[in-house]
Amino acid sequence: MSQTNYIGKALNRVDGPAKVAGTAKYAAEFNVPGLAYGYIVNSPIAKGKITRIDAAEVLALPGVHRVFSHENVPMLAILDRSYKDDVAPGGSPFRPLHDAEIKFSLQPVALVVADTIELARYAASILKIEYEAAPHETDIETKRTKGFEPGRGKTGFTPPPPPRGNPDRELKNAVHSIDQEYVHGTQHHNPMEMFGTTVEYLGEGKLNVYDKTQGALNSQQYIRKVFGLSKEEARVISKYTGGGFGSGLRPQHQLFMAVLAALELKQSVRVTMTRQQMFSFGHRPHTLQTVKLGTNADGTLAAVQHHALHETSQFEDYTENVVNWSGMLYQCANVKLGYQLAKLDVYTPQDMRAPGAATGSFALEVAMDEMAYAAGLDPLDFRIRNYADRDQNLDKPFSSKKLRECYHEGAAKFGWEKRNPAPRSMRQGNMLVGYGMAGGVWDASQQKAGAKVSLSADGMLTVQSATNDIGTGTYTIMTQVAAEYLGLPVEAVDFQLGDTEFPAAPVQGGSWTAASIGTAVKNACEALGEKLLKQAQKMKGSPLEDAKFEDVEFVNGQLRLRLDPGQAVVIRDIVQASGETKMEADATAAPNLLKQQGYSLHAHNAVFVEVQVDEDLGTIHVTRVVNAVAAGRIINPNTARSQVLGSVVWGISMALMEETVMDHQFGRYMNHNYAEYHIPVNADIHDIDVLFVEEEDDIVNPLGVKGIGEVGLLGVAAAITNAVYHATGRRVRELPIMLDKLL
Amino acid sequence: MPETFTTSSGAAANASLPPTRAVKLRINGVEKQLQLAPWTTLLDALREYLDLTGTKKGCDHGQCGACTVLVDGKRINSCLTLAVMKEGADITTIEGLGTEDNLSPLQQAFVDHDAFQCGYCTPGQICSAQGLLNEGKAKTAAEIRELMSGNLCRCGAYSNILSAVQEVLDNQKA
Amino acid sequence: MNSFTYTRAEAVEAAVREKSASDQVKFIAGGTNLLDLMKENIERPTRLIDINHLPLTQIEASPEGGLRLGALATNADTAWHPEVEKRYPLLSQAILAGASPQLRNMATNGGNLFQRTRCYYFYDLATPCNKREPGSGCSAIGGYNRILGILGTSESCIATHPSDMCVALAALAATVRVTGQNGERVVKFEDFHRLPGDTPQFDNTLQPDEIVTAIDLPAEDFSRNFSYLKLRDRTSYAFALVSVAAALQLDGNTIREGRLALGGVAHKPWRDQEAENMLRGQPATEDTFRRVAAKVVENARGYSHNTFKIELAKRAIVRALKQATEGQPVTEAFQNSNP
Repeated sequence: MSQTNYIGKALNRVDGPAKVAGTAKYAAEFNVPGLAYGYIVNSPIAKGKITRIDAAEVLALPGVHRVFSHENVPMLAILDRSYKDDVAPGGSPFRPLHDAEIKFSLQPVALVVADTIELARYAASILKIEYEAAPHETDIETKRTKGFEPGRGKTGFTPPPPPRGNPDRELKNAVHSIDQEYVHGTQHHNPMEMFGTTVEYLGEGKLNVYDKTQGALNSQQYIRKVFGLSKEEARVISKYTGGGFGSGLRPQHQLFMAVLAALELKQSVRVTMTRQQMFSFGHRPHTLQTVKLGTNADGTLAAVQHHALHETSQFEDYTENVVNWSGMLYQCANVKLGYQLAKLDVYTPQDMRAPGAATGSFALEVAMDEMAYAAGLDPLDFRIRNYADRDQNLDKPFSSKKLRECYHEGAAKFGWEKRNPAPRSMRQGNMLVGYGMAGGVWDASQQKAGAKVSLSADGMLTVQSATNDIGTGTYTIMTQVAAEYLGLPVEAVDFQLGDTEFPAAPVQGGSWTAASIGTAVKNACEALGEKLLKQAQKMKGSPLEDAKFEDVEFVNGQLRLRLDPGQAVVIRDIVQASGETKMEADATAAPNLLKQQGYSLHAHNAVFVEVQVDEDLGTIHVTRVVNAVAAGRIINPNTARSQVLGSVVWGISMALMEETVMDHQFGRYMNHNYAEYHIPVNADIHDIDVLFVEEEDDIVNPLGVKGIGEVGLLGVAAAITNAVYHATGRRVRELPIMLDKLL
Repeated sequence: MPETFTTSSGAAANASLPPTRAVKLRINGVEKQLQLAPWTTLLDALREYLDLTGTKKGCDHGQCGACTVLVDGKRINSCLTLAVMKEGADITTIEGLGTEDNLSPLQQAFVDHDAFQCGYCTPGQICSAQGLLNEGKAKTAAEIRELMSGNLCRCGAYSNILSAVQEVLDNQKA
Repeated sequence: MNSFTYTRAEAVEAAVREKSASDQVKFIAGGTNLLDLMKENIERPTRLIDINHLPLTQIEASPEGGLRLGALATNADTAWHPEVEKRYPLLSQAILAGASPQLRNMATNGGNLFQRTRCYYFYDLATPCNKREPGSGCSAIGGYNRILGILGTSESCIATHPSDMCVALAALAATVRVTGQNGERVVKFEDFHRLPGDTPQFDNTLQPDEIVTAIDLPAEDFSRNFSYLKLRDRTSYAFALVSVAAALQLDGNTIREGRLALGGVAHKPWRDQEAENMLRGQPATEDTFRRVAAKVVENARGYSHNTFKIELAKRAIVRALKQATEGQPVTEAFQNSNP
């Protein structure tokens, strides 16, 4: 085995030292000279209009530069499409500071810019704004019968397939059946880094924009269209992003604010949201779901029906795939899926880790547990009986699917066979013990992306792509891919991202980055490889003179013949012999639609959970989790494992803690801070085991990767809910399961 | 009649803003001379006035631990103290624990155990773990979990944070 | 945060004199709650007096044979102090159940007494709140009140006191030493905090010119049978939904003396001395504990989202008294980490 064989190796994160030493710089940390600070002011009402803004006292403060509001914002782009970012849903995007209308509570209504962060904050606090409130509606309960089916929706949205078979009749005729509603409230992404943008004003309208985003190009095209800037005038840089989880897919308010202020004041400006303001934009929508299942005498599914209704704003129709999974995770000939939205006076929801699937898999997988009990079957056995070898939504086979292996290996590792199926039958000391399981399915997708490679005469390879690393490990795995394909030590590879000057890449989301950027990097490396071979063949006495590209390999810093490794040229020497300081190549990669068209491309997982419940007090501890994931090839088991560990923590959070509470009197989220919006702390997390069941799949993409950032979350909340039922005999169908739900 | 609202904190506008004064802070063993108003927190002093951006702002209200630094060896939330209140104290930030080329044992353990993903809570976690080691109270895994619970990690790296801290603690004992 | 001036106080008398100048003058010690509230524009002092340099950091024997906790000793130093761990482990346990290690390193014993409520509406300037803006109305009563009070509430306010430490101090019958311009006085712990009534803007009975200098723990020994049980929405770093400080002195299985105080349920740490009297002379059995628990919540009132707290409080009282009877190991701060 060569030393430069990196794919599949558990390398430490290449950006690790910078992150642990505190030298990794995030958007609000570029302390450019002459920086002014902006502070956002938000609406206290959910609907109505601004009737008066009195900025006189604020402007009288020495050091305050300007108060921006709808009253003084210059003429900007007129058309809705100028405000639409790459992943905007259908509708009319919110325009900050556009007019007097208030569309949601916490709406940004003004920006105060001052010399210091403290002065801006103080000045914002004394700005007098008068509002006239109008009646608002923020409660989805009032919209139960008023849902509507959305149109085409945003990128990645697929409307549910039409019904198949005879789902109503078969449900009625089923031997056993269930019909239940499942509910979860609003959740906010709350990445650790608060949204911030530092705009460095370079003169003559030229800007360097350091933005917290999951896609520098998306931020760039937004500000270019809104402010009429050229590509050269608006460079967006995003080297490190302190968590995204979907919140950075769309440009957020502070980007607009900071660019506006910098252009108007002709000065560098930073705007950072507060934690409280992090509740002023997208969220996972409050969703009501109904699942009806029926079984035949042999324990096969007779019918599956799944309907979802969730909130959206008055101005955009946010969509996500909530119910489609229920038509493909299990084999069933009779399926009916429904999906509706309801408009409320809230901000538009936004993709949040495994959007739709985290939600849909909760409802489906709790319903499957209920169905298993109703039919007198073991929940795992019930799932295996109804295993889908084919995607019935698309009527296509899977390019690869090792969910069965996930079930078996996960169950074995967990010790599922020790489970006594009767609820309330297992105890440890005073605690009730419950075992639950669930699973899920997620898209394996690839988007068009580009990469550029540049090899210098000292043997250092620079690789560039305008993608992002929100903590997923992109820096590391792309370094591995490039090192592998050009046979260089990882130390010789410098992967750079997060800059609009680099080759185009999609936003980092949808678990598609490894596939999309990975393939582009591979292609660029191969393109450079061909150039290197040609150059090597020009070298005097080259041992590779007659070699074709398929005859050579790049290993251990050498270009050599596959069949006669002794015939080799040192790669660095090739660049030196070229007489140039570096050799470069770039490439793009797109999915091979021809190859893929006959297949359904998906990743799967199976989760097994042990909970311990103190029944008197209602407290729940998730003491053990085994998460078995089949997501194609794993480039780095280290970073991939971390993605799944994090997903489990997210699932625990979703199951037991997370909810943004709305007070409908005010149409306002009330727990809008990190003290009252609970996510787990270290003491909440116990043993988590991650298993990867690797799949060989050359159909999904040439690297065989399916993406790992989201699939691990699926089924976790359901497995916990099911384990709580097994422990206590109490079926909770509304998340989060806070202790009062068990009293 | 529509309801009307007026907002603003109700604070009086005060044209005479707080005067700045010379503030001497000893950070990572180095004396820093600053000109600050009293309303500057230690966190903002580090990030906005001294370019020590390794210390992170995750909530600015003592609810996340990202801003953790060591003051006289004890971990605190730098967002909830004023810079002027820390004159005369010994302040250690993540930059003072080690450098990229010379990582402290905790920093190295965090890398080795992949004890972070996005990295934003990481300096706070490491400073907090250093404080935990200095305290000498945590001995078991359960105690480490509890005493590392003042630092949120939204990426959910808690298991790996535990192993990293445990490793350094065990090595210390050995 | 509004603009303010800053001075340091070097002596208690001077500090008290300076503070009495205006109600817009505030003392700052740990700052963990005050700066939080200032950033939210809820507290808007025009002047801060930094009292961290006053000589009030000692933890030492009191003349009455108890322990005197300096107002400026930090919560962490108090919880881990050998004498506190040995003689008042209930207090250690309660302190360590609160906040986070970082906050406990900053927060002082005196400051802990002055924590303000975590009521969502108190914290949000966009909603009316009688505590923040007297006369504006209480949004919580008809709003989302899951975390709020069930005992001693009023038509004006259902806020709760958020401290854990204070619940233990109430159970231990601590006294608070305060100094004002007229000299020193001693306040019984149950008289320090107050119920909201129709003036919820006042959290306690301190005069504007007064400063807390120390907290005295009486000599009574509750170091053997005690428990601080805290129920919350996550295992650590969260405020109590309900917490119970229970302490017993036992003769065999008979209760000689019992103490009971609750957190998370009222505008003040809720000590119920009638319930304590019911413990005296009774066998330490579940039956006794149930009767006492029922007494504690006898006059409890639930609101739309927090009625569960009544049942939870009852069960928590029984559990805490049981744990106390069984004899907790000293300073088991990590009980909640391992189910």
